[in-house]
Amino acid sequence: MNRLSLFGLLGLVVRRDLLLAMRRRADVLTTLIFFVMVVSLFPLGVGPEPELLRKMASGVVWVAALLASMLSLPRMFSADHADGTLEQMMLAPQSLSVLVLGKIVAHWMLSGLPLALIAPVLGLQFDMPAQALWILVLALLLGTPVLSMIGAVGAALTLGLRGGGVLVSLLVLPLCIPVLIFGAGAVEAVSSGMSAVSNLSLLGAFMLFALVFTPFVAAQALRISME
Amino acid sequence: MAINWFKYSAPTTFYGLAGKLIPFFAWPAAILFAIGFYIGFFVAPTDAVQSEAYRIIFIHVPASILSMFIYLIMAGYAALGLIFNTRLSSMMAQALAPTGALFAFISLWTGALWGKPMWGAWWVWDARLTSELILLFLYLGFIALQASIEDPRRADRASALLAIIGSVNVPIIYFSVKWWNTLHQGSTIKFTGTSMHVAMQQAMFIVLVACWLYAIAVALARVRSIILERERNTQWVNELKEVRS
Repeated sequence: MNRLSLFGLLGLVVRRDLLLAMRRRADVLTTLIFFVMVVSLFPLGVGPEPELLRKMASGVVWVAALLASMLSLPRMFSADHADGTLEQMMLAPQSLSVLVLGKIVAHWMLSGLPLALIAPVLGLQFDMPAQALWILVLALLLGTPVLSMIGAVGAALTLGLRGGGVLVSLLVLPLCIPVLIFGAGAVEAVSSGMSAVSNLSLLGAFMLFALVFTPFVAAQALRISME
Repeated sequence: MAINWFKYSAPTTFYGLAGKLIPFFAWPAAILFAIGFYIGFFVAPTDAVQSEAYRIIFIHVPASILSMFIYLIMAGYAALGLIFNTRLSSMMAQALAPTGALFAFISLWTGALWGKPMWGAWWVWDARLTSELILLFLYLGFIALQASIEDPRRADRASALLAIIGSVNVPIIYFSVKWWNTLHQGSTIKFTGTSMHVAMQQAMFIVLVACWLYAIAVALARVRSIILERERNTQWVNELKEVRS
């Protein structure tokens, strides 16, 4: 067998995870429905004044996205852990970091990307202006990968633990706060007539920073959890 | 004569050493707390702008400094444990976490008590307050992760990784008043000098040292308990005077 190139390996893992997810579509859909539901609950809770809703829209969408991505985190490694695939992956001669990165990309495509794509529809519920909607999608596209990447570390650390689902939120949410602040800040800036460039640049910087470190850290965490 | 630098890195020997050291930290801590608070509450003059309410800084500032400092020390010990596989370092990290969380909580609590008369609000979403709150959450996450893993070796290593990731937050807290133009005032005491009254400086410094000694004493006492708990099946623990009686 010829050696896989780095990107070949990455593509293989991503394709495999996507294929597995397509065989169990309900898992992906529940996350999305959860996101839509949480966002829709806010107008019912705080009242339907359009002024208020327009103001809080970006924050609500971001918090809901954060919660929805937490919800799907425990699944990132657990199925592979249960059937022994993960052990085989760790024995593979290829770098574990790349394998983990592949799983992160797949996780994002199944949880972050759908959220970002459906967010404009939810934004309309909150009467957001068109320009803010674009920024919201852009910010989500930059920010949700960071959530998946930081989440991967948490998911790897809590692999196979009792009550891992709550614990992973406890570990990951504090680390996600900067993404939340700057993600919601980008939309806020546009709404108040300023440029969102600085917030979006910071989100991009977070993403690159996380891209460099988190696959490696998550791989280390997996090794700790699996030994 | 060769000195064995690593003699006290074994839990067996450190247990005894820690027991002997605790009084040397605990008593000075108690005395310095008394002196520091006496100066702070009775000697230091009333502030021109903030009147008597400012006196809360004598506990607020030392607690805030230590909450950040202990986190770094904890992450350092955790990293040592992760890299060199030394059991005692991981135990020290575990022992420091509750004290650090306590200081972070005191810092937030006293800040809220001060904020009410000064800013008119118990809490504002200012960069420094938020980042200090995140620090408290990181401590709690560390403690929760450590507590929920049964195997101590895995618990040590997993929480060490978390502590190292979380240490990114400490410089953010420290520089938050510089980077963002916030409601929380910048630091008054700088390396280049200060505008503070001498008695205020003395009180704050003495309480800081007292908190420091307290943290060391408590961490040592806690690490002794952790050593006993983890080594409960070994012979040397069962031969100890306090265990047998």
